Amino acid sequence: MSQLKYALYTGCTARESTPELLSSTLAVAKKLGIEIVLLDEASCCGASHLQDFDEFLSLVLNARNICYAEKLGLPMITICNTCQLNTVMTKERLDNDPEMKAKVNEKLAEVGLEYKGTSSVRHFLYALIDDYGLENIKEKVEVPLSHFNIAPFYGCHNLRPSHIHYKHNTPLAPDSEIGEGGGESSIQEVELMEKYTHESPYTPTSLDSLIEALEGKSVDYESKNKCCGFHVDLQAPETSNALSGTALLDAIDNNADLMVTPCPLCQLNMDLKQESAGKQLGRDIELPVLHMPQMVALALGCSKEEIGLKFNVTKATDLM
Amino acid sequence: MSKKTVTIKAFRFNAETDYLPYYKKYEMEVGKDELILDLLNRIKWEHDGSFSYRRSCRHGICGACGIKVNGKATLACKQNAMDLVELFGDELVFEPQSQKRAVKDMIIDKGDFWEKHAAVKPFVEADVDPHPTSETIMSKEQVENFLDADYCIQCGACHYACPVIEVNEDYLGPAAFAAAYRFTVDPRDDAGKERLETTAELGSGVWDCVKCFECAEACPKDVNPIEKITKLHNMQFEQGVAKRNVATKHAEGFVRSIKKFGYLDEQDIVLYSEGLGVVKHLSEAFKMIKAGKVHPFDIAKKKMPRSKNLDEIQKLIEISQKNEL
Ligand code: SF4
Ligand code: SF4
Ligand code: SF4
Ligand code: FES
Repeated sequence: MSQLKYALYTGCTARESTPELLSSTLAVAKKLGIEIVLLDEASCCGASHLQDFDEFLSLVLNARNICYAEKLGLPMITICNTCQLNTVMTKERLDNDPEMKAKVNEKLAEVGLEYKGTSSVRHFLYALIDDYGLENIKEKVEVPLSHFNIAPFYGCHNLRPSHIHYKHNTPLAPDSEIGEGGGESSIQEVELMEKYTHESPYTPTSLDSLIEALEGKSVDYESKNKCCGFHVDLQAPETSNALSGTALLDAIDNNADLMVTPCPLCQLNMDLKQESAGKQLGRDIELPVLHMPQMVALALGCSKEEIGLKFNVTKATDLM
Repeated sequence: MSKKTVTIKAFRFNAETDYLPYYKKYEMEVGKDELILDLLNRIKWEHDGSFSYRRSCRHGICGACGIKVNGKATLACKQNAMDLVELFGDELVFEPQSQKRAVKDMIIDKGDFWEKHAAVKPFVEADVDPHPTSETIMSKEQVENFLDADYCIQCGACHYACPVIEVNEDYLGPAAFAAAYRFTVDPRDDAGKERLETTAELGSGVWDCVKCFECAEACPKDVNPIEKITKLHNMQFEQGVAKRNVATKHAEGFVRSIKKFGYLDEQDIVLYSEGLGVVKHLSEAFKMIKAGKVHPFDIAKKKMPRSKNLDEIQKLIEISQKNEL
């Protein structure tokens, strides 16, 4: 395999309240010999809220982030579902709306940048599975997760809307094809099954197969592709608690020992709010919730510091 | 392989006679061109004449035939059955869009959907000349601005796929919002401000959307309701309808934070959005401090990470920001 190299867009969460996400991601990359360049110039993606306030500003800032990956000539990877979706929604828009692209580039020119559309943008989960390969990961497992029932929690923004993800979260396209996306117009042009072949939002498999590759037992439960409610946590905590609590209890009732998710916002919501969700739903909830790279780092035998289980709010240190 | 044996597990319930719903299995050979509606018909015609479902146009226009297949929102007359066999395997589970609203088998009481739809004035409100001498012509741009929201057939697929509808009975839902957008951008209409005010309410309006994109995935007409929800959010600010509250401050607060650090200041945004209401987050804040996720002194010392080339970000905000709160 040729050396894999990516520009990593960390997002804010990995630099602030979930430092364990960044350290475990870097540890996994190091173990697997994947080269990572941090995009330190990048700004916040707006976490799907900035675009509600000012859509154009959100496009400009997200385009700027992609510019820095393009300047390095590297594919960009993300470690948060919401970052992933915000970034690819920007990419879709600009790659398919020349007028908007021109407007955004007019602003970017003021700071000496230009958005071209030459870097692909994918979640680390899919880079691991599609570029590095599950077979190769299997070979690197030092601490099999065989004594754990692991509930995969996929997180909305890696699954829906499929008409966007099927083009971006897929195996690395040859350079020649990048930048020729079909735009949101493709929502009407693509056959259902074509959108669902790589990852179906109704029957997702990526996280399950990663768990199995690490020799864990993946838990099948209905809530795995549902929403955790994070994005209304401030204005509607009851909604958020109802959704996260239901998913956690569903995992617990299906004998999960822990939950794993590729989205740090899901992770925060599901990990931090177990007590209030439990109170609202009238049942005790206690389930460790790991970031996807934390789980991989565990199986690859990374160090305690790198995995950072002490940062998880619901006690997870016993997993080591 | 042109035919396949498929087992259909259908939800059966008669609100007048049954205490609980149950499932009944039907086995049939399914051909590659059959639609889900054909299978519904075959259950009724070949197995059990009492099996009930709604359908009328068979052309994806009346919006009557929405059901769920293995949990996926499906417009029966538009959906090829083999595609779903490929997706879910050879047992297909037919259920009504909402089990708790079931009246008979696939038929539900859609009353809440219609009530909420009506709440956004889903019609053009205008003083029109009853005897016009010329047509009202829309420009190409004006028509494109509908973003296909006018394709909605009120099938309810998005509404009953939306998780917020299930947990917050005031929430108007994706179809109502798509309609609110569609009529508000109609150049003939005068009720836009009122619709924006209705959809700006906390509890029932767009700020209670969890952004799960279930509606975008569910819609058989590709209306993409969440896209319209984002537009409505922006229009609230553009047209001065947005009131200062925890949700609008949260959205606007991102700009404040990004200007200072490039990153989001996760503690400050909660403080800023909630104001005094921040006390309700204290128990979680304490948990985060205990896990070492945040350091109590950071708040005072502002040990925030900063993006490199922050000046670029500040400049871009200065020249690109369009909306204010
Ligand atoms: S935090 Fe919740 S709403 Fe956001 S991407 Fe994750 S699952 Fe979806
Ligand atoms: S994105 Fe919003 S409106 Fe659409 S289904 Fe999710 S919560 Fe409902
Ligand atoms: S927006 Fe789409 S899914 Fe929702 S009611 Fe209209 S046609 Fe049906
Ligand atoms: S029967 Fe009219 S939409 Fe299906």
